[in-house]
Amino acid sequence: MADDNKAIEPSAPPTGANPAATPNTRQVPGGDEPATAAAAAATGVSTAPVAGHAAKPPAPKPPAAPLPDLAGKTTTAASAGGAQARAAAATPAAAKPAVAAGRDPDDSSPLLNRRAWLGLAWGAFSAASAAALAATGRFMFPNVLNEPPQQFKVGFPSEYGMGVDERFKDKYGIWIVRTPDDLEQHASGFYVLISVCTHLGCTPNYLSAESKFKCPCHGSGFRLTGVNFEGPAPRPLERARVVLADDGQILVDKGKHYQRELGQWIDPESFLKA
Amino acid sequence: MAEAKTIAPKEGPLVRFWEWLTETQAWKSVFRHDRPNTDRTRVLVMLSNVFLHLHPVRIRKSGVKLRYTWCMGGLSFFLFLVLTFTGLLLMFYYRPTLEYAYTDIVGLREHVPLGIMREMHRWGAHAMVITVWLHMFRVFMTGSYKPPREFNWSVGVIMLVLTLLLSFTGYLLPWDQLAIWAITVGSNMARATPFLGHEGPGAQLLRLGDVPLIHSADDARFALLGGTFVGEGALLRFYVLHCVGLPLGIGVLMAVHFWRVRKDGGISGPL
Repeated sequence: MADDNKAIEPSAPPTGANPAATPNTRQVPGGDEPATAAAAAATGVSTAPVAGHAAKPPAPKPPAAPLPDLAGKTTTAASAGGAQARAAAATPAAAKPAVAAGRDPDDSSPLLNRRAWLGLAWGAFSAASAAALAATGRFMFPNVLNEPPQQFKVGFPSEYGMGVDERFKDKYGIWIVRTPDDLEQHASGFYVLISVCTHLGCTPNYLSAESKFKCPCHGSGFRLTGVNFEGPAPRPLERARVVLADDGQILVDKGKHYQRELGQWIDPESFLKA
Repeated sequence: MAEAKTIAPKEGPLVRFWEWLTETQAWKSVFRHDRPNTDRTRVLVMLSNVFLHLHPVRIRKSGVKLRYTWCMGGLSFFLFLVLTFTGLLLMFYYRPTLEYAYTDIVGLREHVPLGIMREMHRWGAHAMVITVWLHMFRVFMTGSYKPPREFNWSVGVIMLVLTLLLSFTGYLLPWDQLAIWAITVGSNMARATPFLGHEGPGAQLLRLGDVPLIHSADDARFALLGGTFVGEGALLRFYVLHCVGLPLGIGVLMAVHFWRVRKDGGISGPL
């Protein structure tokens, strides 16, 4: 298509009116527009209206194919709708008002030629598709989650005896352990163990008879402190933040984990002295 | 035709990489021919691409005229694709149970981004029923149901029924009062099915002595609802039919329908 268009670019005398613009004319399916342009060029009539509405007055150009070839062609150098538009944008500001106001009343050529319109249509379609795709991706990430809260109160310290308390394991995935003497904190109080095995993430069981946590998946075992002592688990269970709430209840915050191998069990909020 | 413009430099590491890349077996297994800039490669594009080769080699001039086809068949298919896509997305959030169905529908509007997804599915469904009817009307008015296209008309009639059933089953899923009572009323029609509905003509004849063979817990309506009233069984049945059963059926029939269009000589021409 492109060389077809090249071949039918009309020859036009240099006017010097707008050397920056690409040599081009607008074209109409009917084919009478080139004749107009040619007449204008031949008679030396001011090219301003033509240049104005098309935004590309003729510039120096070697003679090209004879004009009659234009008949029946759809578009002249419309080969680059985008380039055309850019050229139009690049023309001096003075030429711009002419686009709207200086359009020849007899000029029946479309304001947007076929290629420019197609380019616009494809651009709009692509943009709409991209937006729809992005919105679809966003659709997969809801704004509301129906999951248990990460922070919750678990009652007053006086409600707990020594040892492991399993009442919140199902709902929140934690054990609350009360100990007379913690191995890191060297004090009596509470710590909260996350019931997620540090091997591959299964949920261990509390075996009260053996005073240990035992993972059913691959046999990892943990002391009541959470320290691993058998099986493939590479590190102790993690502890969650535990503090006293304003009303005196124990507040557990699963959003903050403490790992012993990182020396985090000495953190004051990893253990509630009581 | 224009020669391909070479924008890239003629040498350099990037060019060498490009030349290596386009010669690899993996690349050539995906891009199986040159760019379509010759008659030969253009033909290869059409023949080696499953989606392009589904298109007819030639069609009648009238076949692309909006005033002749109204584009209604194509629009119906397009809407089916839209509904399949949006329906798939809705399935990520919707749970067909008494506890969650309604709240999930509300959540789709309130808790999920792009809250119009459900509306697109809903309005698309309304639109598809309309376009299917208009397609049928156009086919009738242009006489396109006549030989050799009688079989395809029959296929289309079945697809019309499936479209309406898809609309009907989808109606229940929001599980609001409108849905429940609309399906209650709609499914009550099945009570009157001849022989198979417990209130239908002839059902009283099917009995062994004093024992009726067709009663409210084993008739056509029961098969539809999975229960004697619109409850959890009906919700699950309608959900499965709406999301899997009916779309599968209509998909198969669409393949037959489009294939018959080609076999019957393409889109019918003006008489």
